[in-house]
Amino acid sequence: MDWELLRTSFWPMLSGGLAGTIPLSLASFAIGLALALVVALMRISGQPVLSAIARFYVSVIRGTPLLVQLFVIFYGLPSIGLTIDPWPSAIIAFSLNVGGYAAEILRAAILSVPKGQWEACHTIGMSRTLALRRVILPQAARVSVPPLSNTFISLVKDTSLASVILVTELFREAQQIAAFSQEFMLVYVEAAAIYWVFCLVLSSGQSALEKRLDRYVAH
Amino acid sequence: MSPTDPLLPPATEGPLLTVSGLQKSFGDNQVLTSIDLNLDSGQVVALVGPSGSGKTTVLRCLNGLETPDGGTVAFRGGPSLDFAGRVSKKDALSLRDRSGMVFQNYNLFPHMTVLENIIEGPVQVQTRPRRDAVADAERLLDRVGLASKRDDYPFNLSGGQQQRVGIVRALALQPDLLLFDEPTSALDPELVGEVLTVIKELAEENWTMVIVTHELAFAREVADEVVFMDGGVVVEHGHPDQVLRNPREERTRRFVQRLLNPF
Repeated sequence: MDWELLRTSFWPMLSGGLAGTIPLSLASFAIGLALALVVALMRISGQPVLSAIARFYVSVIRGTPLLVQLFVIFYGLPSIGLTIDPWPSAIIAFSLNVGGYAAEILRAAILSVPKGQWEACHTIGMSRTLALRRVILPQAARVSVPPLSNTFISLVKDTSLASVILVTELFREAQQIAAFSQEFMLVYVEAAAIYWVFCLVLSSGQSALEKRLDRYVAH
Repeated sequence: MSPTDPLLPPATEGPLLTVSGLQKSFGDNQVLTSIDLNLDSGQVVALVGPSGSGKTTVLRCLNGLETPDGGTVAFRGGPSLDFAGRVSKKDALSLRDRSGMVFQNYNLFPHMTVLENIIEGPVQVQTRPRRDAVADAERLLDRVGLASKRDDYPFNLSGGQQQRVGIVRALALQPDLLLFDEPTSALDPELVGEVLTVIKELAEENWTMVIVTHELAFAREVADEVVFMDGGVVVEHGHPDQVLRNPREERTRRFVQRLLNPF
């Protein structure tokens, strides 16, 4: 075992994670979630056109590989005159991807709130928007934390695909160190271990959040 | 005893609500054929009748949870809404501001404490100062014996306590009219009394109320008028003693007999 390589390769990979993987994940998830909320509301709006647009979007995102989506944006768009740098390309691709999956999660979560809650809001004079904001979404949030956490954890791992469009993140660092040292097993297992630790931290964050949101339900 | 005292109904007299020819269908199923209802301030009307007779639908039409297909609804001081024609969204929504609704299943907001449930409408919708709304809510909670529960979440309360919070939530909006949709039907039998007691006290304070109920003994005690519905029409209405003890109509008689002697 080459302990020296393990040690010297750790810092570049970790900094690739901290400066690449994590900000890429956070930015994409935040934008994707906002997009997902809009798409979910379009789907349940009862407006046929809005609902159809939302369904089409979700269908395209879920029906095509993430890697292909990434290639279309980074390598495809320049040929129709739209060139986007690696970082923004990656954020656009991952946000659109999260938007598609999370939209379905939010839609199901909103629909899971009992109809009586909407009715109670109506009788105390709330508009639909106010009801959504004050009563429906807070309850939908609780239900959607576990599936959204899955989406987020998948996203953290999927950002390794950004290495193919030259974004410097954890996995691209690993590839470069491996190519240079020819110690593929050691370096890639080490990279895997770092991803795993990231995801463990996220899982414990998920538990804490679930616990907090569960304070008002019977145990 | 100012008119805005949250513990007391608005100090007014005379006709409050006039409903005539109310119609409602769900698909091919005509639930309300033609309902007339007149309500004076301070009056308590009990709506009784078999399941599926349309009682709950009447209540839901009165505060806009359902849109009637025909008939007129007019509150004192408001427009007379003729649902046979077009009713603007604004007018339709104005209905709900006149009444407070108490649901069979309480429908409290589970993610809010008791106090937050009560002040949600006053603060978020009526934009009253939070401090005033809290003060009123505390007085109302005290009034129904739940002052100590103000910071509890609904899941910590019994059904009877939840329903009393539901009543306070409706009262906190200071409505002209209180609507009760089978307020004790979801309760364990031993908890029915505490809720009926609160409703009875509200009646004594001259709140105007429409109560859909299966508790005939209670209806006889608190109601000024009993309306017996069956098959989407009002079969008969009048003083509780007359309708429930000495009904004119055969259908009413059979219904009362069935409830008094279920076996």
